Amino acid sequence: MVRHTLAVLVENNPGVLARVAGLFGRRGFNIESLAVGQTENPAVSRMTIVVEGDQRVLEQVVKQLRKLVEVLKVQDVTKEEHVDRELVLIKVNAEPAKRAEIIQIVEIFRAHIVDIGRKNLIVEVTGDEGKVNALENALKPFGIRELVRTGKVAMLRGAKEITASEGNSQEERSFPFER
Amino acid sequence: MTVGEAVVRCLEAEGVELIFGYPGGAILPVYDALYRAEIKHVLVRHEQGAVHAANGYARATGKVGVCVATSGPGATNLVTGIATAYMDSVPVVLFTGQVPTGQVGTDAFQEVDITGVTLPITKHNFLVKDPAAVPSVIKKAFHLARTGRPGPVLVDLPRDVTGAKISFQYPEKVELKGYKPTYRGHPTQVAQAARMISESTRPVILSGGGVISSGAAPEVVRLAETVSAPVASTLMGLGGIPGDHPLSLGMAGLHGTRYANLAITNADLLIALGVRFADRVTGAVEKFAPNARVIHVDIDPAEIGKNVRPHLPIVGDVRRVLEALLPLLPPRKNEEWLAAVEGYKREYPLKYGRENGLKPQYVVERLSAATKGESIIVTDVGQHQMWVAQYYCFKHPRMLITSGGLGCMGYGLPAAIGAKSGRPDRQVILVCGDGGFQMTMTELGTLVEQRLSIKIFIVNNKRLGMVRQLQEFYCDKRYSAVDFEFCPDFAALAGVYGISGYTVDTAAAFDTVLDELLAKEGPALVNCLVEPEENVLPMVLAGRGLEEAIS
Ligand SMILES: Cc1ncc(C[n+]2csc(CCOP(=O)(O)OP(=O)(O)O)c2C)c(N)n1
Repeated sequence: MVRHTLAVLVENNPGVLARVAGLFGRRGFNIESLAVGQTENPAVSRMTIVVEGDQRVLEQVVKQLRKLVEVLKVQDVTKEEHVDRELVLIKVNAEPAKRAEIIQIVEIFRAHIVDIGRKNLIVEVTGDEGKVNALENALKPFGIRELVRTGKVAMLRGAKEITASEGNSQEERSFPFER
Repeated sequence: MTVGEAVVRCLEAEGVELIFGYPGGAILPVYDALYRAEIKHVLVRHEQGAVHAANGYARATGKVGVCVATSGPGATNLVTGIATAYMDSVPVVLFTGQVPTGQVGTDAFQEVDITGVTLPITKHNFLVKDPAAVPSVIKKAFHLARTGRPGPVLVDLPRDVTGAKISFQYPEKVELKGYKPTYRGHPTQVAQAARMISESTRPVILSGGGVISSGAAPEVVRLAETVSAPVASTLMGLGGIPGDHPLSLGMAGLHGTRYANLAITNADLLIALGVRFADRVTGAVEKFAPNARVIHVDIDPAEIGKNVRPHLPIVGDVRRVLEALLPLLPPRKNEEWLAAVEGYKREYPLKYGRENGLKPQYVVERLSAATKGESIIVTDVGQHQMWVAQYYCFKHPRMLITSGGLGCMGYGLPAAIGAKSGRPDRQVILVCGDGGFQMTMTELGTLVEQRLSIKIFIVNNKRLGMVRQLQEFYCDKRYSAVDFEFCPDFAALAGVYGISGYTVDTAAAFDTVLDELLAKEGPALVNCLVEPEENVLPMVLAGRGLEEAIS
């Protein structure tokens, strides 16, 4: 089982999220995370979907997504040089005696404390999966009360772009994997 | 004009002559516009009848079938028929009424989220909230339904939208950025296919529904003849090659002919055209075509590699791909292979015992002979459907109209109504089980009202035959809920509708009635009381490979 991060550009119509999410449920594909929002073009939204599965499952996911009329482009960014980030909020137990230790950890991870309660702190961290997981592990001994993540977003490095203007080429649509 | 009127104008612009429907409050403005329109509206007796009729019409004519229903219960009554059309890739456009936009989401009277419900069973659907967008949405709906891999498209029209006024203009072009079907096969892949065919000594063509819908039947026959490849058909592909062509192997799959299945099992190359390798065709997929390299041609990239991994995928319209491929192919003889296949045909012919009264296979065999394979045959779902697929010799494409993918009982009678409405020039025969007939026999009223000359043959085993057969094989004959304790006298029932009805229980009586009937115009119903425990054979049991069929 391999994890893949897909960039999916869709027409910004009501119901399009239901179409995409429904497809995953119906065909038994596992979504690990899904983040969605408008792009530089307000008529287009971009979803970043992390799926788990072997090559065959991934191929079906991509093909079935491309079959949706409102899907403009699907690209597997895992194969290319890319940056990925996720934002996570963690509410952690923080008795006054422990705070210094927590703050030290937060600084090491270049995370932020965004709220201080009487017995707890909210830590905000942005990063790739490795960093987020490492911080989560470091905070676990204090007692994590609540954790919320935005889901991963990703972008290709350098001059390469994923935009809706040209869509997937005929070639990509016909033979995304076999050739 | 009102949007209701605009809807009718759009239909006219699309060349629609006939629609099937059932009215109600939420779709009132459309029906008001139909009152003055030239387009003929067929009033059915149940919305499921409307969508199956639109399906039968589309399959018989190659045009888009159109269907109209009201919101809520009208729309949900379409659901089974939409799924039927979706599974068999039939181009149908459906219009449903919806509660006014201001009430959407309030659980208003007769409100159902039909675009939500039909999301997984339509090629695409639209809920139109902007009156001015209606013409362009309808343009898109027809374009989507008929192009690429065809399928049903639903347009949901709120009551206030159809009642609103717009200035009408039908768009010339369709604007769909995310929808660009590939028609032309990639030249490199096509050349590769030619190479693989020339390296093969035991090729078999598997011809599916895509061959029928792309109009590729003549090219398939030319391919078969040029490279001496026998042709096995899927249920949806029957008629792609004439049933009596020497290279035709009939239907492959779980109830396919043994010779088609043996040919596939022993082939060194499988040329799969417009098929989706459904489980009814492959049997245990790991044992399917074990010795063959596979070329898979289909217009839907998602079908390629879904069930069977091909050695060579070609995305494209089957006809366009074959047009490109044929000139690259030198003729081949494959004499040894064709002799071997002839041997399978001789050794394992389709057969049935003639003892015990009227045999269902006989009914179909006689129908085939009497109509010379030239009639449109509509079936319902069950044993009779398989016997039609096995024993009717289809001479042309679009002659078998049957629910393949969904296997939807109740399809037969309304689909026959649609087929005859679209092809009044053709003899249309419905072969139906006693169970499936009772699911939609309400449509006899529509048949009579429309004066449709359809001949109905009920293959009456007084059982849910196919399920009984499954219980015989898988449940040690524990027959559970498959016997009808009451069954109406179908001939008398026909009489109530003013249709001539007959009951026959011997081969001789059947012959007499058949000759008399086919010569006559007008509808008729023949209740054929057949041997009740006849099995459909050959049969590949669950988990087995195609060559392990029992017969
Ligand atoms: C709507 C629907 N319900 C149930 C089934 C399951 N089913 C498949 S074949 C069959 C029996 C059909 O009996 P009949 O119409 O008498 O035809 P026969 O098999 O006897 O030819 C049933 C119940 C189905 N295919 N469709």
